[in-house]
Amino acid sequence: MRLGQAFKLAWQCILGSKMRSFLTMLGMIIGVGSVITLLGLMQGVTNYLVGTFSELGTNSLIVNIRNTDTRVVDVEDVYRFTRENKKVFQGVTPSVAASYTVKNKNSSVSTSVTGVGEDYLELKSIDLAWGRFISYADIKNRYNACVLGTYIVDKLYDGKINPGDTIRINGQVFTIVGVLEEQADTVQGSSDDCIYIPYSVACRLAGNSKISSYTFVAAGTEHVDGAEAALDDYLYGILKDVDLYSIMNMAELLDVINQITAMMSSILGGIAGISLLVAGIGIMNIMLVSVVERTKEIGIRKSLGAKRRDIMWQFVIEAATISMLGGFIGIVIGSAATTALGTLFKIEAAPTMGSILLAFGVSAAIGIGFGYAPASKAAKLNPIDALRSE
Amino acid sequence: MKKKNQAEEACRGPLIQLIDIHKVYYMGTSEVYANNGISLTINEGEFVAIIGKSGSGKSTIMNIIGALDVPSSGQYILKGKDVSKMNDNELATIRNKMIGFIFQQYNLLPKERLINNVSLPLLYSGMGAEARREKAMEALKKVGIEDKYRNFPNQLSGGQQQRGAVARALVTNPSLILADEPTGALDSRTSEELLSFLKQLNEEGNTIVLITHDRSVAERANRIISIQDGKITFDGDVGEYRKQVAG
Repeated sequence: MRLGQAFKLAWQCILGSKMRSFLTMLGMIIGVGSVITLLGLMQGVTNYLVGTFSELGTNSLIVNIRNTDTRVVDVEDVYRFTRENKKVFQGVTPSVAASYTVKNKNSSVSTSVTGVGEDYLELKSIDLAWGRFISYADIKNRYNACVLGTYIVDKLYDGKINPGDTIRINGQVFTIVGVLEEQADTVQGSSDDCIYIPYSVACRLAGNSKISSYTFVAAGTEHVDGAEAALDDYLYGILKDVDLYSIMNMAELLDVINQITAMMSSILGGIAGISLLVAGIGIMNIMLVSVVERTKEIGIRKSLGAKRRDIMWQFVIEAATISMLGGFIGIVIGSAATTALGTLFKIEAAPTMGSILLAFGVSAAIGIGFGYAPASKAAKLNPIDALRSE
Repeated sequence: MKKKNQAEEACRGPLIQLIDIHKVYYMGTSEVYANNGISLTINEGEFVAIIGKSGSGKSTIMNIIGALDVPSSGQYILKGKDVSKMNDNELATIRNKMIGFIFQQYNLLPKERLINNVSLPLLYSGMGAEARREKAMEALKKVGIEDKYRNFPNQLSGGQQQRGAVARALVTNPSLILADEPTGALDSRTSEELLSFLKQLNEEGNTIVLITHDRSVAERANRIISIQDGKITFDGDVGEYRKQVAG
């Protein structure tokens, strides 16, 4: 008996008892659907995390320093060190981050205000939409200049800044000198929800004169390790104590994030995979019942010359067809659920091609695997006994 | 008349040869001898009835002749092939190519249209869809229900279903037609029709073996073999059978 014939027969049987077929498939639908949804959402979360950290720059090295009274890492010294090591460093910027309430007339929001150097924009490859960035003169003169992210502009200025507009940051008046280009759809908490000011001013706002955080940018991915080693030597030379400073390598951090999310994907996929196993057992159960119910039919087929493998094929193909049909519906539902939940959680989640192929392959394999035992039972039936049964 | 038959049989040669067939069933620890040394020869072109009460062993001998089962000991030679030692798949091929079954309960598949039921044996012999259809229509025409080919079995009368079953038995053009109580589920008029049809098939050259417990059905055959307690108690033509029963 040809494969096509077996499929046709399987299709007839499925249509012949729609309710039962559907209930049998339901396990498969839920199993495949949950695998696809969970893996899709997990992929969305991973993309979000990786995206967020990538914005910080994979070539970045973030250095945190605890200055003491006698051992101080001086800003000018850091700049000089960076210039001397031009081979491995593209540049450096101090980074004095804090969260303040900012105000225009009567409207106010809370946002992150970061004190940075004049090279910040170039190091991060961000463009300006309008105006200029913090200049060296601003830093030198501790001038209250600021550059806004688009979210702040939208929120406090209805999207339009006029030259000479000012903003109050923690009660102090700042002149808006520039606006950054939109980077992340102008939503709250994104990299558009930010204000940059001169680091010297930020220190004054925070009430401490020493800068404790720097962002170094390596000259290229291949120089990240060299830069880290050079920094380590330099900082140890000044502070003489590894506990007083830390160097965070963004590339390494990204690797760790990827590892963690991959592990979580496996765990979630595994849990959903268990439901596939349960679905397979459900299919096997129904197929066993079906074999008993159709003993007479098997007897008739055998008496007319059906060989063991003909009967075997018939039942295996039927199980596989039910399983794959369930898998297919599961893929459709899972894909829809992934997109819907992604929208709900504001994650850009999409079903991954890999999870679809995996789910479909697994459902076919389960159908064949769990269909094998009932099919084998059917194939081995004695035609005389089978014919005699009612 | 008898001479002519013998001459015909001689030139056609034996189709079925059973040589000292024993069949033992094991019921728990006890052995049941269903067939206890049966030997017989059926030539091509014969119309033979095997008659016996239930439990006589006639079903067992039918199963063996129909290649549904193999004997515990003894030899079964069908058209020169030793069937008694065959495995499942070889038996399936024999059933498929050489034997056409007609059952008491028709045994049509309820979810298949008549034409698909009739062409089922051809499906298992690997014939293409177009040829299957053609052959099945031919067989349906022969039994006179070709207009019902699209119907499902439950849309047909008992007599029509049995005709469908006969068409299915004929479709492979088998060496042997084996009918197991074919009239058991039919009323007397349709029974009569079926038996006449079997007779006609026999006259066209088909070898028919009919299993029955009913004397009046058995007497429609040319030769009667009576079985009792797993042994042949009578083997002869209808006239002799009547004489023996009367005597």
